[in-house]
Amino acid sequence: MNKNLIIAGLAVFVIAVLSPFWFNLVTVTQAAPKPELLGKAKTEKKCVLDKYDMRANHMSLLDEWRVSVVRDADRMYTAANGHSFNMSLSTGENSCLGCHEDKEKFCDSCHTYASVSPYCWECHTNPKEIQ
Amino acid sequence: MMKKSRRSFLKVAGIAAIGLGAAPAMTFAASDSHGAAQAVKGKNQEALSAHRWGMVIDTSKLNEEVAKNITEACHRNHNVPDFNHEVDEEKYPNTRPTNPKQEIKWIWEEHFNYAFPDMEDEFLVEKFKHLGFPVTCNHCKNAPCVQACPTQATFKREDGIVLMDFHRCIGCRFCMAACPYGARSFNFRDPRPFIAETVPEFPTRSKGVVEKCNLCAERLAKGQMPHCVEASEGAIVVGDLEDPESEVRVLLNENYSIRRKQSLGTEPSVYYVV
Ligand code: HEC
Ligand code: HEC
Ligand code: HEC
Repeated sequence: MNKNLIIAGLAVFVIAVLSPFWFNLVTVTQAAPKPELLGKAKTEKKCVLDKYDMRANHMSLLDEWRVSVVRDADRMYTAANGHSFNMSLSTGENSCLGCHEDKEKFCDSCHTYASVSPYCWECHTNPKEIQ
Repeated sequence: MMKKSRRSFLKVAGIAAIGLGAAPAMTFAASDSHGAAQAVKGKNQEALSAHRWGMVIDTSKLNEEVAKNITEACHRNHNVPDFNHEVDEEKYPNTRPTNPKQEIKWIWEEHFNYAFPDMEDEFLVEKFKHLGFPVTCNHCKNAPCVQACPTQATFKREDGIVLMDFHRCIGCRFCMAACPYGARSFNFRDPRPFIAETVPEFPTRSKGVVEKCNLCAERLAKGQMPHCVEASEGAIVVGDLEDPESEVRVLLNENYSIRRKQSLGTEPSVYYVV
């Protein structure tokens, strides 16, 4: 008699304690967006670093690039994978945006999801937006 | 209890020492054999270089139109805002009216007595009384702005160019106070509404940073001469001041030239052949 009561109570307790998880299971349907490889990036096989490294470290790579370009006057980057890049965020064919041509569907989709808003675009321009 | 002789203790200690030394040697060997290739940064092959970049402006080749073209070419290609540009109301609604005192300039015209106040003369050559002298950042050898900058946003590059790292500028404007030539402008507002046609090759600036001429560092890196040189019809020559054979040095050798406010000791790298 007592045993049944305790088990029932425990069940209620477990359900109540885990309620935030149940809530999320029911309401949140949006998974992390898949950044779309569009434009040149679709045909091109390689990024500057490999995919997971890029995902985790593109901010520090960009930081390294801008220091190199502005302060050391070095603009050419020969990556470990053998490809050369013109170190630039948005100017020229070989820049981030020159290859990832659709900023909205690539950089922004990911940043919006992660709630990051780089201030770079106050100055740097998206060539697609200007036209 | 086990008894250890001195001899056996030393043996063990010796082997342990070898082990300690072996670990770094092993990792060194390992990194050498299958470590990833390193990324390399370098200059473009066609990049122009100099020991100290300088500019010579031949005033005999200047006239109103040339001076205007020079400013135009520089400002258009660097996305320098023009406060006389009519703002696109749709894109930038409710833009405040402009204040001409807050204008941005990289290279512009100045009268002789403002450009060279220490050489003012009642009987100045008639021509100079009306001529607009193009003035810009002098890329001084002893640049006071570089010393004034608390964040090293303004710095002197090895090749003599006094450059700004906009990423570091905090907008304190010490450099503007330090510059005796008024070569620097502060962005009191977002410049974008006043850029008629944004050039994608160069970033704009944002509210709150100082800006000035960069001697077209982005063009020298691609083996091209600065925009002002190309627009000047031969009036402006840019080259290496420390190379006696360079075009600028030949010009300086064959002509009398002056610099702005020489007495201040900033050693400008911009010369005016008069
Ligand atoms: C020459 C073309 C090219 C250039 C230039 C380039 N990328 Fe990429 N990028 C790619 C390709 C292709 C992939 C997909 C790689 C893969 O799937 O292995 C990629 C992947 C990425 C990813 C990971 C996406 C994911 O699925 O998680 C990020 C982030 C990224 N790039 C950012 C950048 C940034 C920032 C720059 C400039 C510093 C840049 N890329 C320059 C082609 C390029
Ligand atoms: C796979 C998802 C993803 C993609 C694709 C991506 N980013 Fe990011 N990015 C992030 C995340 C997450 C952060 C925040 C990292 C942090 O704060 O540690 C970030 C941060 C940054 C930052 C630093 C922002 C700051 O304020 O410090 C820059 C700059 C940046 N991204 C540029 C880009 C550019 C340019 C592209 C497109 C070429 C791009 N990113 C594509 C996920 C992405
Ligand atoms: C105040 C304006 C401004 C802001 C904000 C800004 N930049 Fe820049 N950036 C510039 C200018 C100007 C250059 C010089 C371009 C040149 O010399 O070709 C530059 C150069 C660069 C370069 C190398 C050349 C190129 O064409 O891209 C990189 C990379 C760069 N910035 C990355 C960034 C990143 C990442 C951010 C944001 C975290 C950022 N910048 C924010 C103005 C700005």
